[in-house]
Amino acid sequence: MTDFLNTWGLTAVIFVPLIGAAVMMLIPEREEETHKLIALLTSLLTLGFVAALMIEFDYGDAGTMQFVQDKGWIDVINSRYILGLDGISIPLLALTVLIVPSVIVYSWHHIPHPGNAKAFLILNLILETGMVGTFLAQDLILFFLFFEVVLLPMFFMIAVWGGEDRRYASLKFFLYTLFGSALMLLGFLALFFLAKDPVTGAALHTFDMRALTASAGSGIVHSTQLWIFAAMFIGFGVKVPIFPFHTWLPDAHTQAPTQGSVILAAVLLKLGTYGFLRIAIPILPGAATTWAPWIGLVAVIGIIYGGLACLAQTDMKRLIAFSSVAHMGFVMLAIATMTPFGFNAAIYGMVAHGLITGMLFFVAGSVKERFHTLDIKRLGGLLISVPKLGWILGIVTMASLGLPGLAGFWGEFPAILAAYNPANGLSPSIFRTFMVIAALGTVLAAGYLLWLYQRVGMGEPSEEFAADPGITDVNTREWLAWTPLLALIVVFGFLPGLIFNVTDPAVVQILDNCLQNADGCTAVAQSALGRG
Amino acid sequence: MNFLLLAAENATQLPLAVSNGTNWFLEHAWIVPLLPAVSFVIILFFGKRMPRKGAEVGVAAVALAFVFAVLTGVAWINHRDNYTPPAASESALVIDGGEIAPDQVVPAAEEAPTKGEVVTEGGGEAEQPTVAIHKSTTWLRNGGVAFDAGILVDGLSVLMLFMVTLVSLLVHIYSTDYVAGDRRYTHFFAFLSLFTAAMLFFVLSDNILQMIVGWELVGVCSFVLIGHWWEEKANSDAAMKAFITNRVGDIGLLVGVIILFFTAGNGSFDILTINSNIVSGGVSHTALIVAAMSLTAAVMSKSGQFVLHTWLPDAMAGPTPVSALIHAATMVVAGIYMVARLYPVFFEGMQIGGSSINLLAVVGAVTLVLAGLVAFVQSDIKKVLAYSTISQLGYMVMALGVGAWTAAIFHLFTHAFFKACLFLGAGSTSHAVHSFDMKKDMGGLRRWMPHTYLTFVVASLALAGIFPLAGFWSKDEILSGTGGWGLFGGTGGNGAYTFMLAMGILGAALTGAYMTRVIYLTFHGEFRGHGTPHESGRLILVPLYVLAGFALLAGLINLPVGFITGNNSSWQERFGHYVQPVAGYFPDIAQATPSYSLAIVSSFVAFAGIGYAFWYYFVKLDRLARATGESLTELPDGLVANSAVARAGHTLLVQKYYLDHLYTDIIVGTTKGVIARAANWTNQNVIDGAVNLAGRWSVKVGRFTYDRIDQPLVDGLANATGRASNSLGDGFRVVQTGKVQQYAALLFAAAALLGGALVVVLSL
Repeated sequence: MTDFLNTWGLTAVIFVPLIGAAVMMLIPEREEETHKLIALLTSLLTLGFVAALMIEFDYGDAGTMQFVQDKGWIDVINSRYILGLDGISIPLLALTVLIVPSVIVYSWHHIPHPGNAKAFLILNLILETGMVGTFLAQDLILFFLFFEVVLLPMFFMIAVWGGEDRRYASLKFFLYTLFGSALMLLGFLALFFLAKDPVTGAALHTFDMRALTASAGSGIVHSTQLWIFAAMFIGFGVKVPIFPFHTWLPDAHTQAPTQGSVILAAVLLKLGTYGFLRIAIPILPGAATTWAPWIGLVAVIGIIYGGLACLAQTDMKRLIAFSSVAHMGFVMLAIATMTPFGFNAAIYGMVAHGLITGMLFFVAGSVKERFHTLDIKRLGGLLISVPKLGWILGIVTMASLGLPGLAGFWGEFPAILAAYNPANGLSPSIFRTFMVIAALGTVLAAGYLLWLYQRVGMGEPSEEFAADPGITDVNTREWLAWTPLLALIVVFGFLPGLIFNVTDPAVVQILDNCLQNADGCTAVAQSALGRG
Repeated sequence: MNFLLLAAENATQLPLAVSNGTNWFLEHAWIVPLLPAVSFVIILFFGKRMPRKGAEVGVAAVALAFVFAVLTGVAWINHRDNYTPPAASESALVIDGGEIAPDQVVPAAEEAPTKGEVVTEGGGEAEQPTVAIHKSTTWLRNGGVAFDAGILVDGLSVLMLFMVTLVSLLVHIYSTDYVAGDRRYTHFFAFLSLFTAAMLFFVLSDNILQMIVGWELVGVCSFVLIGHWWEEKANSDAAMKAFITNRVGDIGLLVGVIILFFTAGNGSFDILTINSNIVSGGVSHTALIVAAMSLTAAVMSKSGQFVLHTWLPDAMAGPTPVSALIHAATMVVAGIYMVARLYPVFFEGMQIGGSSINLLAVVGAVTLVLAGLVAFVQSDIKKVLAYSTISQLGYMVMALGVGAWTAAIFHLFTHAFFKACLFLGAGSTSHAVHSFDMKKDMGGLRRWMPHTYLTFVVASLALAGIFPLAGFWSKDEILSGTGGWGLFGGTGGNGAYTFMLAMGILGAALTGAYMTRVIYLTFHGEFRGHGTPHESGRLILVPLYVLAGFALLAGLINLPVGFITGNNSSWQERFGHYVQPVAGYFPDIAQATPSYSLAIVSSFVAFAGIGYAFWYYFVKLDRLARATGESLTELPDGLVANSAVARAGHTLLVQKYYLDHLYTDIIVGTTKGVIARAANWTNQNVIDGAVNLAGRWSVKVGRFTYDRIDQPLVDGLANATGRASNSLGDGFRVVQTGKVQQYAALLFAAAALLGGALVVVLSL
């Protein structure tokens, strides 16, 4: 088993969903139950592989890439098939392979209009391949490939199974992200041509992320680094999304089917922040240091702006979408501090936001299914009409506003804490200002989330739904799909070490590497700050 | 990275704390919060299926927790009496400095804060230092450093365990009758348990991160229980107001904790480390004052101090047992407890020892008077008690602000009993008349409810500070602690806080007067409600009598030096002796000596307040009521009717200083209204507008390319032209999904061109 995992483990995790999808293609569309079963088993098998990997994983050495695979791929451009798993990837990988079966279970009786379980579930599995691959790839071209693979299934999910305005939303999502990706690819190409070996000074001509991280931007002039970083910043930033590149998100979320919203919120947004942690900052720490205050600035603008926009929403899904902008602002602020506390908080925030906002969209979907509306004004009294659903919404709302004892807190508070003392070379006074603004954002979060809950959960249910027999409480499928997420929200709230202890060695490793190999670039960054 | 290498392991070293070998109950104090926590889970999942709907589990768990708390208390008294500090050489505090980053404040490791030297107290008797009991386990790792969670057991936390479990137990018992028949009975008990667990978790915290967790958890329990009857919007509004106001204060908590983490803790959240570093004098004063002021904001919200107190009167929307437990006896003192726990931060940061006027003392002094005044114009009995709670919390905050640490905690202790008694008494009356409105639905209740009446009067006298009830001793200790009594012939204390003394004495008069008013309106005169009131059942009366008993006697455990017993130290100041830490993590604060003349003056003032109210209600009003045959609640020709100034003042009080208007209408209204809408408008029209514009333009460019370049050259796609031109000018909306590839290709081509150009430029 160990041998298999070492040689094939990561490849298996990536391609099992694709194989499942291929099998499903051969089966006629009318065999719906078979499709559901295959999709579920495939995703559970993937989950099983990840569980095996997590058992075999050497947590004492979580800073090192494990189960590495390195094979020739596109020799012409020296791009290789490199996969690896370390402490940063593990929580995100686990989140992904947990969300997908959850979504499939939820889909059992909830294939959105216009139906076609086969196509819908195949798209889910292809998405899984793309997401998993992104978190495992250690070659920039391979990373880019998976990053883009994610795009198409999601596009179709929104465009075919979405709401009334689905075409506009799906196209906007697709083109906006593609625009970012194009710039990101630009950055990757520039790295290929410009990165040099720190010792010999020879051009690397590689897309190997490990080698590029080790060189940490040496040999690239600081001003050039800034441009490359900016290109990647837009590429990843659109995906996060960072203010002001966020406007695709509310539209995509509002129009997407529940399953699409869940995957989008839970995993897709993390591809962007992961890109910062894994690629942009470790490979170009010098440029990152110069850009960090600006990233911090747009992050805290996102926190406040997202919160204010939430207060003005009348649609539950749209409100949750804007809350994502605010929450991802905390993640970006944490990343901008470039400290271990910040990076750990960012990863925690990503996982917590994935679980919590994923759950929020699940609940919104179930509300929509029962009440046929998400208009906050018309809803009300969920605690009376569907008490269990109301309770779940309550718990998830509390988690989302960062209540200690639930998962959200451990992404939020350490992020604020990290901003007090950012990395060397960053101005503490600027970041302390950000800290206070971010802390203000927690009040806004409490405001809009409790307001939502008061209107939707509390009070008396309105007359129009009083006699509707279709309004029933949480059913078995929903419990099956949600229980793991809800349990993790609570468990991660009380045992933050479960994630922090895994990510910390890898985070420390990456940041140490930045400092050691980037003596030059820190100095460059400092002089750049001095000039600025 | 700056805090990567900072070791924070020193907390477990002598002389601050030990972790083993003292006493089983001290080491296992974590069982006390665990019991109600388990009870919460059991009630939540199985409560509805139980014969008594889960209440039995809650009562049993809290009763057991109370027994454990008492045994822990006994163990602490033993430990305090028998502990002998090790020889001075061993007891030196070693701070494992490690490598400390340059911008960190380096603690003076050599100046170990061994309070091995004996501190002399007022009575001239030497106080032996005692170590706390500290046990912890790794909670999480971050930046290569392990952060612990654990328990810190010393006199202060043991006291809180006792007080919280006792009041909680009584409230549980009371609730089995009071809430009986409620549609969310099980849910109510589940959250009482959770609250008790969270509060106990909070007071046992050994680090400030854990404190935040407990602090927020009690807050959310408060939110849930205030909104217990959330069908009515007024109740859910009150719950939201409580939560959000506390969030505002929490900004201060977060910022304060973060500052302490980096400056005083050197990368540790550990309370002992932070406190001892400050006591040994290695921490920047600027950092401490900022931290202290930030934390004061948190105290203002949690402990209902002006100007963040407005949520507390509204919180009375919750069931009465909740008001007694959470919004009078326990949760609202979390702020007081936090200051007491982190006292070095405030003592050094605000230079309390130097008699400087500081934020804490001013906030407390102002609060205690302003809240006392508003209490006069309330007609809801619970609201009077709520303002009274705010006022008494003001006393505690003020006491901490003037350096009277023991007095503050002593008042916290006595207040818990008499105020819980008053709230439960108010609940008992409302049980009889189904209302809290004293003016409309009460009056004359003493005839039907003699037991409630008796306990209510005892608790009121204790609150008013009448000798020899509990409130007298604790309030008097606060007053003498102000050190502003030079004119009364006392000595000692941390400086001369004359303004605070004056406010404290004024507050005593107000307290006596408004409680007299409440007693008249509720229990005297003629009954103004409907039906026939009845006395409450035994489950309600027993807790009342127990609490009244404490209100009567609790003050005796801290008799001042020299009172009756001469200098017999086994009777005097026992409370202070067992509760106030004498250890390296506590600042060297001066103890005030009691002043008999001050006690007499303040008693006289309290009697004056009671006397005036008595004359107004019991004499004049009662006489008029008898003459007219009506049941009156105020004099028709009183001050307010005759004087414009009094009327203006009255309006100001009725409007609660207009703070609610400021918060709800102006601040929240503007944020939710104009500002949020403006943000949304900007989002839709400016930011998204730009995106759509860019989209529209690329469509145009694409179409231009297609029509003018592609079409003349390539013939094969002619049939698509018609469709494309129909949709001109409508941006993304009309674009067919089939065209995606085309635009994608376009974007990619542009990107590739740009990329090539950039690479060429960069390689030059």
